[in-house]
Amino acid sequence: MTTRAWLLSEQPASRRQARLGQAYRTWLAFRANWLAMVGLAIVVALVVVAALADVLAPYNPILGQDLNTTRLLPPLSPGHLLGTDDLARDILSRLIHGTRLTLMVVVLVALIATPIGLLVGTTAGYFGGWIDTVLMRLTDIVLAFPRLILALAFVAALGPGIENAVIAIAITSWPPYARLARAETLTVRNSDFIAATRLQGASSARIIWKHIVPLCMSSVIIRVTLDMAGIILTAAGLGFLGLGAQPPQPEWGAMIAGGRRFLIDQWWVATMPGIAIFIVSLGFNLLGDGLRDVLDPKGRK
Amino acid sequence: MTTLTQNRGRRGALWLRRAVGLLATVAATFFGLLLVTFLIGRIVPVDPVLAVVGDRAPQSVYDKVFHELGLDRPLWEQFWMWLQKVATGDFGTSFLTKKPIVEDIRRVFPATLELATVSIIIGTLVGVPAGVWAAVRQGRWADQLVRVLGLVGYSAPIFWLGLLGLLIFYAKLGVVAGPGRIDIAYEYSFTPETGLYLWDTARQGAWDAFGNAFSHIILPASLLGYFSMAYISRMTRSFMLAELGQEYIVTARVKGVPEWRIIWVHALRNAAVPLVTVIALSYAGLLEGSVLTETVFAWPGLGQYLTNSLQNADMNAVLGGTLVIGAIFVGLNLLSDLLYSMLDARVRRGS
Repeated sequence: MTTRAWLLSEQPASRRQARLGQAYRTWLAFRANWLAMVGLAIVVALVVVAALADVLAPYNPILGQDLNTTRLLPPLSPGHLLGTDDLARDILSRLIHGTRLTLMVVVLVALIATPIGLLVGTTAGYFGGWIDTVLMRLTDIVLAFPRLILALAFVAALGPGIENAVIAIAITSWPPYARLARAETLTVRNSDFIAATRLQGASSARIIWKHIVPLCMSSVIIRVTLDMAGIILTAAGLGFLGLGAQPPQPEWGAMIAGGRRFLIDQWWVATMPGIAIFIVSLGFNLLGDGLRDVLDPKGRK
Repeated sequence: MTTLTQNRGRRGALWLRRAVGLLATVAATFFGLLLVTFLIGRIVPVDPVLAVVGDRAPQSVYDKVFHELGLDRPLWEQFWMWLQKVATGDFGTSFLTKKPIVEDIRRVFPATLELATVSIIIGTLVGVPAGVWAAVRQGRWADQLVRVLGLVGYSAPIFWLGLLGLLIFYAKLGVVAGPGRIDIAYEYSFTPETGLYLWDTARQGAWDAFGNAFSHIILPASLLGYFSMAYISRMTRSFMLAELGQEYIVTARVKGVPEWRIIWVHALRNAAVPLVTVIALSYAGLLEGSVLTETVFAWPGLGQYLTNSLQNADMNAVLGGTLVIGAIFVGLNLLSDLLYSMLDARVRRGS
């Protein structure tokens, strides 16, 4: 029996086979969507480039070359594929190193915001009553705030810098996850298996973390993936306003702000980082759309 | 007869309860907004006393001002004092312009309002037909085109598109005017009554100035409109698909109603109800988008005021601006909720 036949077997012999088979079917459905595959390729490329930035980047991203001869070189100059900026730094190398900052922001925001959202949402959904009312009202309040404006005010208060930008974005992005987790919790909280666990004497905390949270994970992960493009754009916006990563860090939004002064004569300095932001957030959008089509049964036609 | 009155009484009670619940939500949201802005103002590393007295003041003056500002009181008391001030419209004075924040905001707000309004008009006029078109041609290339255009709108940083737009349409082609709201030559050819330049110039018949203001607003408004279009067209598409799958559409087809009438009258009218909320929400989203757009286009609105104050650590102005934008945002959210329940008979009847 081939692996493929084993995976697609209609009568799985073990729980592991069934689970792997399900994952394989999901993958097959995902693979058929070529736009989603493009998205996946972009995201994988982002991770690979970030991991190998030191090897891939031809020049130092922070220290420039000779200011007399290599300043503001146009794209396709010998040795500088995308040209150089006003401090004679190779733009390609800066973009390559910038992937690390972008990836860091996305991962950190996801790592901070997802647990907060899961905790608030599952707790509210599981206990119900006044706990639900209080937590969900809190969620609605945060959700009613304009995200970028609030992030701006937070960064203004905490001081500019990429760490504070991450905190500000995370603080403003958890409410949708809480709502989603609550909705998922409500559908399972009266199930027999939850009742069985409770009869065995499991504490509420154990039921929530061991039995409810795993069931909420897949929909929350899709939602986080869909939001990642927005997170990247917010971080870039903060960087553009000078409130995110500080120079000389090769953050893409800050690079656009730096290139603004030479926009008319040296268009490439501001244009190249924008293309990078665009490609990466497009990748996350395509991936998220594809994941939603495959994993969300409600969206399935 | 009795059951009818009873029913009506119960429905009235239900409506009252919902209204009270809604008011409570709004009050809680505003309270939260005030609390958060207040707390942000407290954790700022800027010393408010030094901002008043300067760094050369003797210790006695410093202590006096420290006491006058109420900084020696407990935090909740300070919050209460601040609430009382905000309730009377006193947000303090801007450190940059030396004017009360309220006056500043009143001056810059019309610029943002005008930009956001023109943008939402563009976004709706393009987004709704695009969404309808995509739904009718579901799965065909028209659908794909609208989808890709929407995805580009979702993925491109708006400040970057703004810069590219300025580079191409202003610097290279010269078809639109550059940054700012109006050229200085036209600035005094009309009297700004409402502060909405397009409206003012049109009313006073200053058509040269109108043309100039229009050529200034069209690029930023199209860009912002494009972003709301991305959202509006996607939502229109899904609402239309839901409506077109309904049985009353089949009935209409069987009756021989022309296809254009089925799409634009029967289906779109029903899809319009949730669409209203979507448009109200994107209008609120435009306020956010305006912060970055206004910076790029040197548009003298609320967004630019906010970023300028941020970069100069003018905290009173930042908090005032955040509060105003937050309040409008909450208000529009509420409005979209109300519109939804007013327009949709199913919701209106109460579930």
